[in-house]
Amino acid sequence: MSFVSHTEEDRSRMLGAIGVKSVEDLFTDIPENLRLKDDLALPAALSEREADLLLKEAAASNGLSASFLGAGAYRHYIPAAVDQLTIRSEFYTAYTPYQPEVSQGTLTAIFEFQTMLCRLTGMEVSNASMYDGATSLAEAVLMSVRSNNRGRVLMSESVNPHYRDVLKTYAWANGLNLKEFPSEGGCCRAEALECELDADTSAVVVQSPNFFGCIEDLQKIAGVVHSGKAYLIVVVNEPLSLAMIKSPGELGADIVCGEAGSLGNPVGFGGPMLGMLAARGEFVRRMPGRLVGKTTDADGREAYVLTLQTREQHIRRERATSNICTNQGLCALRSVIYLSLLGSGLSDLARLNHRMAVHLRDRLLAKGFRRVHEGAFFNEFTLRYKGSRALAEDLRKKGFLLGVDLGAHYRDYEDCLLICTTEMNSPEEINALIEAL
Amino acid sequence: MGVIFQKSKKGRRGVTVPGWFKDVKEEIPSAMMRTGLETVEAGEVDVVRHYTALSQMNFGVDSGMYPLGSCTMKYNPKINEKTASLEGFANLHPLAGEEMSQGALRVMHELAGYLCVISGMDAFSLAPAAGAHGELAGVMVIKKYFQERKEDRKVILIPDTAHGTNPASVAMCGFEVKEVPSTKEGDVDMEALAQMVDGSTAAMMLTSPNTLGLFDRNIHKIADLLHAKGALFYCDGANLNAVMGKARVKDMGFDLMHINLHKTFSTPHGGGGPGSGPLGVAQKLEKFLPVPVIARRGETFSLDYDRPDSIGRIHSFYGNFLVFLKAYTYIRMLGPEGVREAGENAVLNANYLLARLKEHYNLPIDRICKHEFVLSDQDMPHGVTTNDIAKRILDYGYHAPTVYFPLLVHGAIMIEPTETESLETLDAFVETMIRIRKEAESDPELVKGAPQTTPVKRVDAVGAARKPVLKWEE
Repeated sequence: MSFVSHTEEDRSRMLGAIGVKSVEDLFTDIPENLRLKDDLALPAALSEREADLLLKEAAASNGLSASFLGAGAYRHYIPAAVDQLTIRSEFYTAYTPYQPEVSQGTLTAIFEFQTMLCRLTGMEVSNASMYDGATSLAEAVLMSVRSNNRGRVLMSESVNPHYRDVLKTYAWANGLNLKEFPSEGGCCRAEALECELDADTSAVVVQSPNFFGCIEDLQKIAGVVHSGKAYLIVVVNEPLSLAMIKSPGELGADIVCGEAGSLGNPVGFGGPMLGMLAARGEFVRRMPGRLVGKTTDADGREAYVLTLQTREQHIRRERATSNICTNQGLCALRSVIYLSLLGSGLSDLARLNHRMAVHLRDRLLAKGFRRVHEGAFFNEFTLRYKGSRALAEDLRKKGFLLGVDLGAHYRDYEDCLLICTTEMNSPEEINALIEAL
Repeated sequence: MGVIFQKSKKGRRGVTVPGWFKDVKEEIPSAMMRTGLETVEAGEVDVVRHYTALSQMNFGVDSGMYPLGSCTMKYNPKINEKTASLEGFANLHPLAGEEMSQGALRVMHELAGYLCVISGMDAFSLAPAAGAHGELAGVMVIKKYFQERKEDRKVILIPDTAHGTNPASVAMCGFEVKEVPSTKEGDVDMEALAQMVDGSTAAMMLTSPNTLGLFDRNIHKIADLLHAKGALFYCDGANLNAVMGKARVKDMGFDLMHINLHKTFSTPHGGGGPGSGPLGVAQKLEKFLPVPVIARRGETFSLDYDRPDSIGRIHSFYGNFLVFLKAYTYIRMLGPEGVREAGENAVLNANYLLARLKEHYNLPIDRICKHEFVLSDQDMPHGVTTNDIAKRILDYGYHAPTVYFPLLVHGAIMIEPTETESLETLDAFVETMIRIRKEAESDPELVKGAPQTTPVKRVDAVGAARKPVLKWEE
């Protein structure tokens, strides 16, 4: 099966029109010794029914447990309308809207995405999406370096460790000087930051809520960062938090990046995610990625189009602001539909998530878990339990995934679990977890 | 049509949330609490109608032929969407642990193996989230390779037929780009290349087949020239569809490459992503691949982070996993014959269109093409341009080809039909193109005023860039 509809007769007619005898004659530009004589050693073709069976079997051999995992990928209920609308093939079988006259659907949705992301983050401009949270951080840092021509970047160790790893990779490739600064009691120490800040510091990266679940004092951090004339880059891991706690924009962030995937996208074993990048207006011409702008058509009607493309690689080549081309368009569409359906219900959902987390924490404390941090959290928190790895393994066998092992990422966090709860955990499931302890 | 914000009315509600745990006291201090977030207030039906209407203003592969050159807009089989939405995959948390993820890891390991078979490469990383991301990871591998050898090589050679992402990816890793010219026949200019390759050359990135749709007849000589000076040879595999099942990229002398799953392996383009751009390497570069690598011991699969020479992590998790499932399903359904047939018919379709259209349009390079070919607007009458032709094509119910690329052809019209278009569709497209040519002669204003039948008329892109409006404001 190759989804080709030619009959033998079609093929010979076409070969005749081309003026060759066989399909093989169309490959004579490839040196003969390179042309394969035999078919590739791939598994034999399957019918649709067999493929369906094979993939169902593979899906079933993953374990779906009651999950209390977050750490950068948050499960939320996805209203049925999100899937029903996204599967409209005019959306998902289109490509980058290079021809605006037949792409107003995609373009309008991206424009709405840019607007919604600006509102959520408190920023003035947002692009059309990035690959994921980690690469959006890397691009945010590169944008900062381009903007103030400084080569040093400070990053809090309470930023998601995967993001820090990705930024290290990009910083190495770009020859940037990247330095981490410590946290205390689960939050950045503004004093530690102040010591590190120098005239070559381009940006300071913090996350809120951070990887421990703690909400950072962004206003205080912004004050320190701006006194050194550096940019404050705020990473957001769980965009739902923005419906409950003050936006980074209100608190002094210059650039907001991270993950918007939990707005209407499944966790899907970590991909596709939905990277976001929003910033203050002054960054607009240095932004990577696509931007959609409002304009008019020949009849003066409102229309949307890809804009400021002189930033982009197909025009500017090696002087482009980034190499990003294909991004996460369909995931952005999902988030736009999700946010439209939820409306102000997003705040209700955020508060429910928070209440559930408070409730779960209290019940775990009653079961012998211990607090690690004192500060406020959103839907994720850190607790300590002696022998947490053995406990987690025991719970896994009972069908519960309780938290991410922080000891794997931080020396001082042995026996600590990062625990998350969302509306995907029903009250009954929480009861069952507590009973299983 | 408008935007969703214009349909918002206070008091409406699309989706409600559970009223659980009302008695739990919230702990966010009031100074931290958000107020005044602007949201859309609309009923479910309002939202459904809005996005349904938006979809009707869009054109996808399911709407009709989409001959967008170098983008391989082939038909996306529906089974792919079904397998990728299975709950065991879609709801699997990336940190669920290896024991709980064996099915997912096995699919990833096998898919990487199939890509090795198809390309001849020795190992693949699926982590890159798009083609340009694969390129970037590839250039990082090149950087790491020379760093380890303590060789200071600063230059990466890129032909003038390359995708714009190539030079941008190179610049992001601190290399200097030097452009290699092409001959009149569309191959790399070997004399110029011989002058350019020296001890400062880290690598050359070649799109193969190139953006003129041509297979470089000197491919082995290019590889030899580079290897003789210790440089690496990178293949931009965006156009792999043309040679899949017919020849292997590594056999041509390439050391590393990326593949676009959303092009060659039928995963839908999603209006601009998510894509997937796996990076494949020859054995000597394997240790530099990004972490984690999927390892196999017997029938057990794991995530291997213990790779001291790796360039490091490049994705939040493991890449666009749900996209892998679609490509995996597709390759399993095609099998070895299907993979070859797809490649052969993609080339057959392109050559058929070329043979029929060259009578009516300027064809700068007339030789057997691979998956695509490039026409020029050079001898169009009455000042009709490529842009006019593209817009007129929209009027007839097709998507337009890629235009004004590659830059070395005047007013380039790059046409890639892919293998999934039937003879009837191709013939109808040819008739349309002939008709547009005649219209350009007899009624040029009609072509210059196109499109007329699309949801909006010609869009003012210049005006949009002059005073950018990038978000909705009342």
